[in-house]
Amino acid sequence: MSVLVAGASLAGLSAAETLRKSGYESEIVVVDRSTTLPVDRPPLSKQILSGEWALERAVSHSHGKLDNWGLDLRLGSAASRLELDPLRVTLEDGSVLEPEGVVIATGSRPRHISDSASRLQGVHVLRDLAHTTALRSDLESSSGPVAVVGAGFIGAEVAATCRSLGHEVTMIEAAATPLVRVLPAPIGQYIAGLHRESGVDVRLGVGVADIVAGPDGHVRGVAMADGSMIEATIVVVGIGVQPNVEWLEGSGLDIANGVTCDARCVASPRVVAAGDVASWHNPRYDRRMRVEQWEHAIGQGEHAAVVLLSEMGFAGSGEVGAFDSVPWFWSDQYDRKIQMAGIPDASDEMVVVEGSIEEGRFAVLFRRGERCSAVLGVNRPRHVMQARMRLEQSLDWDGVISLFD
Amino acid sequence: MKIIVDYDLCESNAICMGIAPEVFEVRDDDLLYILQENPPEELRERCEEAARRCPKQAITVED
Ligand SMILES: Cc1cc2nc3c(=O)[nH]c(=O)nc-3n(C[C@H](O)[C@H](O)[C@H](O)COP(=O)(O)OP(=O)(O)OC[C@H]3O[C@@H](n4cnc5c(N)ncnc54)[C@H](O)[C@@H]3O)c2cc1C
Ligand code: SF4
Repeated sequence: MSVLVAGASLAGLSAAETLRKSGYESEIVVVDRSTTLPVDRPPLSKQILSGEWALERAVSHSHGKLDNWGLDLRLGSAASRLELDPLRVTLEDGSVLEPEGVVIATGSRPRHISDSASRLQGVHVLRDLAHTTALRSDLESSSGPVAVVGAGFIGAEVAATCRSLGHEVTMIEAAATPLVRVLPAPIGQYIAGLHRESGVDVRLGVGVADIVAGPDGHVRGVAMADGSMIEATIVVVGIGVQPNVEWLEGSGLDIANGVTCDARCVASPRVVAAGDVASWHNPRYDRRMRVEQWEHAIGQGEHAAVVLLSEMGFAGSGEVGAFDSVPWFWSDQYDRKIQMAGIPDASDEMVVVEGSIEEGRFAVLFRRGERCSAVLGVNRPRHVMQARMRLEQSLDWDGVISLFD
Repeated sequence: MKIIVDYDLCESNAICMGIAPEVFEVRDDDLLYILQENPPEELRERCEEAARRCPKQAITVED
């Protein structure tokens, strides 16, 4: 009897902890490609990058507790192949494990614009501590302008941090508003305004043609699709992530966009997935989704572990239902704390329920017919959380709006 | 059981309130208040979950 967990970051360790908490006492092998324990990522674009926090504070939550869980933790050991029947995992060093259950929690990695651009000096992505220290050291040694390509969360946070450190910053986004994948346009416009007020040059609706090198192999700037050029000595690329699924090729699992799972996070009998890598059907929104958020990785790791125990017929595990979460995230930009719970659609009606967008401290609900799809707040944590608690009971509009009468 | 919050770390994002509203409350002044410093044993599991999910690792649950 044993469980193999692939990925020792947020989702994987949350699953391992839950297995133990549920009374599973057999062997748990946790493998990770990284030779050090993965860090807690959110401060990497915020407090660690700004220098406000010492590096040590990026240690993940679980480090202090790992010893108590009795895991067989194998760092520097990547999973390279999965076979489903019988269940078998091959590691990069050639060793073969035959676990009774598998948790896939291999997360995601940043996309690059091109291989050649990624090798240029002064070009950065942000995922690991080493990325942050490299960017920080460039920011300390160069006063030159910074270009941030992509205005997703990480791009927008990096732009805010670099600007707060006093650098000239241009933020480039091909879409018409920042954060277009997750936030409706009016909120994206608000965020663009926030950056402009702080002195960031925000360029929306223009694509990047290429990253341009100087004769010394150091980056010189960003060539735009409209023919213009943005000079920069530091370029940060934040154009999204891709799930780490290559090791699952040939396994028979569907890995078109992450690991395709059912509503319970099951990819195949006795194989579950959680975190950035997992695509599952969320019945609350009746939609397949893959969520790249911190708290989601913990919650889905917990859920997937309990489901796995039930799949394995572990005594006392009982039936476990669908993972019907209301995803929640936060993002810190300047002195604003942006939080959202739920999944809004671009066409949802937006209703301001607390404060006003002008004063920069507000909460809004997103409405679609009789449903409330999401709540978003800027410096309104209490309201976001109260509305989230309602959404977790039901997406019924009347129930959520009654909080704000 | 005793709940300790390190207010230097806490950023009032109210995650803990979402998990154990009997113990944690973020009020309109955006500050976190502990409603019960010594919550009853039946709230232990949820207090521990709140500690686990606090993005700032600001909560300690002591025996
Ligand atoms: C800079 C930054 C800032 C962020 N800020 C926020 C924020 O403010 N709010 C928010 O909600 N979210 C934020 N996030 C997102 C959040 O950190 C992620 O959603 C979360 O880390 C996902 O956890 P995970 O365990 O699924 O994946 P990961 O953290 O990506 O971990 C996957 C692990 O699997 C390992 N691995 C990969 N392939 C293999 C293999 N073949 N074999 C073995 N191991 C393998 C990797 O080494 C890694 O350790 C941020 C992310 C970044 C990068
Ligand atoms: S979850 Fe942590 S940071 Fe957030 S309000 Fe509670 S104690 Fe503070």
